[in-house]
Amino acid sequence: MGYTLNFAAVWRSFMPLLEGLGLSLMLAVESIAIGMLIGLVVSFALTSKLGLLRRTAGLYVTVIRNTPILVLVLFTYFALPNVGVQLDEIPSFVATLAIYSGAYLAEVFRAGLLSVPVGLREAGQTIGLSKMQIRTSIILPLMFRNVLPALGNTVISLFKDTSLAAVIAVPELTFQARKINVESFRVIETWVVVSLIYVCTCAVLAAVFRRIERQLSIPR
Amino acid sequence: MDFTFSEFIQQFWIARGPIASGLGVTLAIAASAIILGTVLGVGVGLALAYGARPIRWLARAYTDFLRGTPVLVLVLAGYYVPSAIGIGLSPLQAGVVALAVFCSSHVGEIVRGALQAIPKGQIDAAKAIGLTFGQTFTSVLMPLALRQVLPAWVNTAAEIVKASTLLSVIGVGDLLLASQEIIARNFMNLPFYFLAGFLYFSINYAIERFGRFVERKTTIPS
Repeated sequence: MGYTLNFAAVWRSFMPLLEGLGLSLMLAVESIAIGMLIGLVVSFALTSKLGLLRRTAGLYVTVIRNTPILVLVLFTYFALPNVGVQLDEIPSFVATLAIYSGAYLAEVFRAGLLSVPVGLREAGQTIGLSKMQIRTSIILPLMFRNVLPALGNTVISLFKDTSLAAVIAVPELTFQARKINVESFRVIETWVVVSLIYVCTCAVLAAVFRRIERQLSIPR
Repeated sequence: MDFTFSEFIQQFWIARGPIASGLGVTLAIAASAIILGTVLGVGVGLALAYGARPIRWLARAYTDFLRGTPVLVLVLAGYYVPSAIGIGLSPLQAGVVALAVFCSSHVGEIVRGALQAIPKGQIDAAKAIGLTFGQTFTSVLMPLALRQVLPAWVNTAAEIVKASTLLSVIGVGDLLLASQEIIARNFMNLPFYFLAGFLYFSINYAIERFGRFVERKTTIPS
């Protein structure tokens, strides 16, 4: 065997790792924010009465959910410039992850929309609210409370997907890890530390979502 | 785009061999990772649901750690770490192991959920008629759990097919790497990435439809 653990090289590069984590989080926040907007619009389309709208939205969700994200990332970065859409690494990745998360979040929101009882919608109509008012002040708030657990899971999984940005040389956490790995050959130390950083971040995200859930739950 | 459709067809015809073998490699990777991961995952699920306390904690740490780490990190770690401690694995073997381990954590959670959803009375009843744990598992728990496990398991299979693309990063000649090599030769980025995406979509769409079918078959008619 003859491998002695030595974390010195990893500690020396701890700042780049933290910067990488910062970039990972930024990528996640930006793309999930855009993805939530897409998901919201698409989820309304998925539950719409118009057949064409419903089918188009369904096609988007099915295609994106069944295509590997790595293929989508490479497609946006390497293939789209051929048709005149040229983006730098970071915007290209954010755009891809936003479109990708839109499809997953649309499914989450769709389930949430269906969970709002019809009676509440009817109650809104009875007191004379417009369609838009019913949506913004009855359906959306209730839906958000119902989808929080699923939303948390999806957000955590999307945060982990930011690691794919390393493939197109965005200097996020996984990219920094690979750099330390090839510069120092402290293989085990690097990957243990980086995995733990990811695990801890996911645990924090999960705790934040549990807290929001508790705060927003109906008190008994 | 400075090429015509017939040029693409011509390039496709030249590249048909690599694409077909890449597709074969992808399917083989996914299948072996799913089989290995399922066997391992059932063990993890059993440990999570019925293991003695230290075993349960160990299994919990294992699943939580793996579920909190991106698959790409697992694949890279699986590629670099074994060679550092003197275990020589080819990129293909390392990648399959990484995917199988990832798969096992998901299957473990699915199995645990299904086992814990079984009413305790069933186990008590099995004990009362004198079944051993092995017998209880094979003739009481497994048939009941299977109904819940199957649809989720099919979803995991689709996840693994998608995650198998990550093996191209460590140089495994799967469908994605084959496509990238073809693109490096003829510079036809758009159509060949599109083709790769379409092939992956087709595999996963078929799995998704199969999952729906399984779900229909396994729900108890009300």
